[in-house]
Amino acid sequence: MDGAHDMGGAAGFGPVHPEPNEPVFHAAWERRAFAMTLAMAMPGGWNIDMSRFARENRPGADYLGMSYYQIWLAGIERLMQERHLVEADELAAGKVMHPAKPVAKILTADGVAAMLHRGGPTERPVTAPALFAVGDRVRAKDMHPPTHTRLPRYVRGHVGRIDAIRGVHVFPDSNAHGGGEAPQWLYTVSFNGAELWADAPDPLLEVTVDAFEPYLERA
Amino acid sequence: MTDHHHDHPHDHSELSETDLRVRALESILTEKGYIDPAALDVLIETYESKVGPRNGARVVARAWTDPAFRSRLLSDATPAIGELGYAGRQGEHIVAVENTPELHNMVVCTLCSCYPWPVLGLPPVWYKSAPYRAKAVKDPRGVLKDFGFELAPTTKIRVWDSTAEIRYFVVPMRPEGTDGWSEDQLAELVTRDSMIGTGLAKQPEKVTG
Repeated sequence: MDGAHDMGGAAGFGPVHPEPNEPVFHAAWERRAFAMTLAMAMPGGWNIDMSRFARENRPGADYLGMSYYQIWLAGIERLMQERHLVEADELAAGKVMHPAKPVAKILTADGVAAMLHRGGPTERPVTAPALFAVGDRVRAKDMHPPTHTRLPRYVRGHVGRIDAIRGVHVFPDSNAHGGGEAPQWLYTVSFNGAELWADAPDPLLEVTVDAFEPYLERA
Repeated sequence: MTDHHHDHPHDHSELSETDLRVRALESILTEKGYIDPAALDVLIETYESKVGPRNGARVVARAWTDPAFRSRLLSDATPAIGELGYAGRQGEHIVAVENTPELHNMVVCTLCSCYPWPVLGLPPVWYKSAPYRAKAVKDPRGVLKDFGFELAPTTKIRVWDSTAEIRYFVVPMRPEGTDGWSEDQLAELVTRDSMIGTGLAKQPEKVTG
C-alpha cells in the first residue's frame, strides 16, 4: 500500500533531532500502550504483518499527525474491533458494554520471558530453488498494491544487485491479509545511490533493501 | 486531527487525552479477561531495565577482543549473539555489519521502526521519526551532520533498510589507544548510536578522563 508510512526519500520533513539520554518511554501511557500491543496479540490471534497493516492503512494526515505509540494504539483498536473483541461504543465510552468473547489464551506475567525469548522466527523450509543468485542484476517491480507490501516505493522500477540470499521467509503481502504464510525467497538487494536519486547523487552511497522474490524481476 | 495537534503532537492536553483513553482501554481489556496487567508490568520492566543497548555493547566488545567470536558474529550473527544470552523477539534473524575505514554502515527502517530489540532495546524516537526515515536512504551524510559529525568524503556509506524481518546491527570500529583494555572497559565505549551507524564509538579519553 502506498501509504504515508512509506517515507524513504520523502522531502519536507527537515533534519533529524537526536535526543540526548532519551528515556525508553516518554509518558506513562506509552508504556501501557506498548505492553498492551504485545500482550493482545496472544488472545487476538493476529500476526505481526496484520499489526503493521492495521497501523499503516489510515489516511496520511492521520498517520503523520499521530505520535508513534498513538499509531500502535489505533492499530490494536482496529484489530480488536475487526474481531469484535472490543466494540467502537466501548472504546468511545471507556467501559465494558458487551460480553467478552472467549479467547484461547492470554499472556500471563510468568509467560512473558518465554514469549519474548521465543519471538516469531519467519524463516521456513526451502521447497523450491531460488530464482536469483548473488551478483544477479534485478529490477524492483513497479508495483502499487492497495494491500500490504514491504517493497518501499523509492526502489520500485530501479535496478539493483543481489547481495545476499537470506533464506525462505513468511511473505508479509499474503500473511497480512489472512492468505497464509506463503513463504518466499528473501534477498538483500543493493542499489547504487545515483541509480535511486538522480537529483542527489552520492557516488559512494549504496542502499540495500530486503526484497522477497515476487518483488523482483531479472534486469 | 487539527492543525494545532499536527504542529504540537506532544502537547499536554493531547497527552492527557491519550492517557485517559489508554487507561480506559486497559481496564476494558482487563475486565474482559484479555490481558493480565501484571504481564504488562513485566513487559515494561523488561524493556526499561533489562534489554537495551548495553547488551549490544557487550557483543561489540567481545567481537573486538575475540577474533573467533568476531568471525562467527559476522558470518551468522543470531547464534553468535545467542552465546551471550541475547535472543528472541525482533532478534530472530540478526545480521551484523562491520564498519571499516573504507565503509560506514547505517541502519534504518523507512517503513516504520524495525530494530534489533535483543541487542539495542526499543528504538529511540528519532529512529522512528519521519525525518530519519525519509533522509537516511537519500542523504545519510546529512543525517550524520544532524548527529554532529562528518564522515570522510572518501568513505563509502551503505544504508541498510530493514524492509523484512532481518535486523541489522553495526559493529563500529574499535577506537585507537585501547590496546590491552578489558571487554568491560571496551563496552563502555560502545554507544547505541554507534551500533545504528549514526555515531562512532567513544574515544578512550572520554571515559578515562
